[in-house]
Amino acid sequence: MENLQCQCGHTNPPGTKLCESCGRSLTEKEQNSKLVDMRYEGTARRSQTYNKSVIDKIWNFFSSVKVGVSIIVVLLVAAAIGTILPQQAFVPASTEATIKDYYADTYGSVGRVYHALGFHDLYSSYWFIALVGMLAISLVIASLDRFVPLYKSLKNQRVLRHPSFMDKQRIYGSGPAAEDTLEKAETKLKELKYNVRTDKNGLLAEKGRFSRWGPYVNHIGLIIFLFGVMLRMIPGFYIDESLWLREGETRAIPEVPGYYLESKNFELENYTGEGGEEVFGEALDRVGTVAKNYQTDVVLYQNSEDALPGAADSQEVVTEYPIRVNQPLKFDGYAIYQMDFRLDELKAMTFALTNKETEESLGELTIDLINPVDNYELEGGSTVELLGYYPDFSGFENGEPQTATPLPNNPGFLVELTTPETPEGETSFITIQNTVEPLGENDFKLTFLSADTRDVSGLTVRKDSTLPILGLGGLIFMIGVAQGMYFNHRRFWIQQKADGTVLLAGHTNKNWFGLKKDLDRVVEYASLPAYTDQQDEIDKVEKAEKEGETLS
Amino acid sequence: MNLADLSSNLLYVAFVAYLIATFVFGGAVKGNKEGTFNSEKRWGKVAITITLIGFVANLGYFFTRWGATGHAPLSNMFEFTTAFGMTLVGGFIILYFLYKTAVLGMIVLPVALLIIAFASMFPSEVSPLIPALQTSWLAIHVSTVVIAEGILAISAAAGLIYLLKVVDPAKKSKQRFWLEAMMYSLVLVIGFVVVSSFFSLTGYEAEFTYVDKESQEAAITYAMPPIFGMNEYVALTDGAMTPLVETPALVHAGKLTTVVWSVLVGTIIYWLIRLIFRKRISALLKPFVKNVNLQLMDEIGYRAIIIGFPIFTLGALVFAMIWAQIAWSRFWGWDPKEVWALITWLFYAAYLHLRLGKGWQGEKSAWLAVIGFAIIMFNLVAVNLIIAGLHSYA
Repeated sequence: MENLQCQCGHTNPPGTKLCESCGRSLTEKEQNSKLVDMRYEGTARRSQTYNKSVIDKIWNFFSSVKVGVSIIVVLLVAAAIGTILPQQAFVPASTEATIKDYYADTYGSVGRVYHALGFHDLYSSYWFIALVGMLAISLVIASLDRFVPLYKSLKNQRVLRHPSFMDKQRIYGSGPAAEDTLEKAETKLKELKYNVRTDKNGLLAEKGRFSRWGPYVNHIGLIIFLFGVMLRMIPGFYIDESLWLREGETRAIPEVPGYYLESKNFELENYTGEGGEEVFGEALDRVGTVAKNYQTDVVLYQNSEDALPGAADSQEVVTEYPIRVNQPLKFDGYAIYQMDFRLDELKAMTFALTNKETEESLGELTIDLINPVDNYELEGGSTVELLGYYPDFSGFENGEPQTATPLPNNPGFLVELTTPETPEGETSFITIQNTVEPLGENDFKLTFLSADTRDVSGLTVRKDSTLPILGLGGLIFMIGVAQGMYFNHRRFWIQQKADGTVLLAGHTNKNWFGLKKDLDRVVEYASLPAYTDQQDEIDKVEKAEKEGETLS
Repeated sequence: MNLADLSSNLLYVAFVAYLIATFVFGGAVKGNKEGTFNSEKRWGKVAITITLIGFVANLGYFFTRWGATGHAPLSNMFEFTTAFGMTLVGGFIILYFLYKTAVLGMIVLPVALLIIAFASMFPSEVSPLIPALQTSWLAIHVSTVVIAEGILAISAAAGLIYLLKVVDPAKKSKQRFWLEAMMYSLVLVIGFVVVSSFFSLTGYEAEFTYVDKESQEAAITYAMPPIFGMNEYVALTDGAMTPLVETPALVHAGKLTTVVWSVLVGTIIYWLIRLIFRKRISALLKPFVKNVNLQLMDEIGYRAIIIGFPIFTLGALVFAMIWAQIAWSRFWGWDPKEVWALITWLFYAAYLHLRLGKGWQGEKSAWLAVIGFAIIMFNLVAVNLIIAGLHSYA
């Protein structure tokens, strides 16, 4: 494609609609239309100019508003589909097979199809992420396609424009005026906070150009936001771990080297409807129990710097803190949240070794259910040996006891009891309220005396270094939106010919009412010729034609 | 009278004031027999005064309830929906003083009335906050969202007025059908309010046990005669109606019964209106919009969106993400409510691109504004009541 030479002598890049220098219409379409299209100042946009190579085609595809809106609509519909049934993260199943079964069992054939199409994990599916990626590409390309030529054009704009540019503006007027008109207009426009430039017999007044950058600024904000979201894929930026912490227990915080957390106490508090809560009585009667507080009182320890790694006494208390919902413990870029709990988990069980016949006790032993000891020596010379421990006993498989989970929900113990009377030992398998004697009748047994319980806090350990970037993106987006929506770019061109005739044109990207209000004040002060809104004229003619049609 | 009672009485005052103002606005814009609109200004003034009285009472309700509960009354279905009705009226008042459009009041106020009436069908007693809600982010996030949605809904009202004027009720068209469908769905809300109030005043209750979708035994109390029975239901109340159909566990027959009763009664009301006036509702409203300036309505609709959109972004996305990060440890979790906030945002973003980039003004823009309102209502009603998630309160 060749450059376009304007009558004024200026050479314009191919695709230009209005001469960059004088504003003359360069295309036939623009020459024949009553008003010029001022959206991008009549500049050459790449997408409107080239359509040959593959790159051109891709560029043109993504720079189109129609395509951008289509991507938005497809995303919106896809997102809605993902809410028809719960996503897999909210489903009480964890393995792929159980999740599949859950959808089939709970939602029947609808669930089966939903799962088969991958909608159960829609928001992390490749096609959904690809759509978001396409939206991001569209944001970048569509913005560049418009911003670059618009910026150049507004930066280099001339004061003097050709009369054919001016009389094709929506606001236009011409007529005789006094000699000092231009000076007076300049004074008034400056008073109205316009930037005024003059050149020979002409004047260009401009205000609020920055509002033209609003759309691009908000798109930059969105791009920064999406970039921040992508960053969490990079190791080190993002940590999401869960930590179950029992009362009294100290554990290393996963993925947070050098830090340890101890739970002093977990507390679940419900509303009572008493003591200032009487006002909630009616609601509590209707719905039953309502939780008031979930709280884990923790102590945070850190390895002291000069200590050897792993040495137990080298930990320093960093802080003591009650972690509650909405009040995570924050330290060193990490945060620990109160997310879940288990009440009254078994901690230890105390038994007495008794003679079945006489019910005489030979001594007591306490088995820790988290880290049980293997051997228990009782006072009278008896011993109990723990041959096997099954914290969550679920039955026998091939004669072997099984445990469903490592949590002490239903502890089972395989023990050998040795007493002075039975030095060769007796084997016994004990679960809650049940004793099996696999190798024949025993003389002694373990009698359950008591159990200790404690609460377990479900905590989430989180680090998200992308948050400042996301915040920045959000802030820039909001600034861009305000910049583009609540401000507008107003311009007036005024020229006085040698015979005293004044030409007057005005343009704004939005809010024509405000533009006219400014202009009225200038016209009055500087006795400029009257102007018309040519769009209104066109609309009137169209309306009259329409009514003419319906009448005839 | 304690604070909570004062609060609910103030809400009644607001309701009655809005009801009266609706008719005064209607009278103001209808014009006289000669077809002139000389009295529009005068009656408009009377109507806006009554609206202001109602709005002050409405604000009184809001802050006395805040005092009574100790937290911003935005924590459950009743409170949020009532606040939505209030911000809708607030948005209208601002626009009235900017543009002096009585006709907007004639549409906005009855919609606000419907919304408040709908809200009152939910348990309205003062309820305590669960731990996740005990933070000032409740007031910050939810109030910003409800203000934004009130303002965005104004654009739908302006769009509706635009459509009432431009769609020809005498000519069969898709537009005429969908406009009337909108009217019909508003009447269905009346149906819901009427049927709920009727059975609640007569004290209807029927208890059942059933087996839920996790195969657990559960209990349910119907507040309306059970058309549909829950999965493997057993009636516990003597003399209650036997459900006509038993539904599978997946379907919540109790909710379905409410929906069917509402549709049934709403449809009867709708056809009564049609029979009495022998006109579509959209045609009935036509005389009220005779004097409407279409360009102004288009402008109001657009203005409402460019004000509402940034506030919505701030409240429903930015503040929401900040709070979610604090309470749930992640700023975004694809919870249905979050997804629908995103959908609403994407929709209005599409609106702005179509309007500014593709020149969709006037009628197209009006349809989009109305669809936007439908999305907001879906997010409010369906997402809370049907799609379970972290936000389902009520």
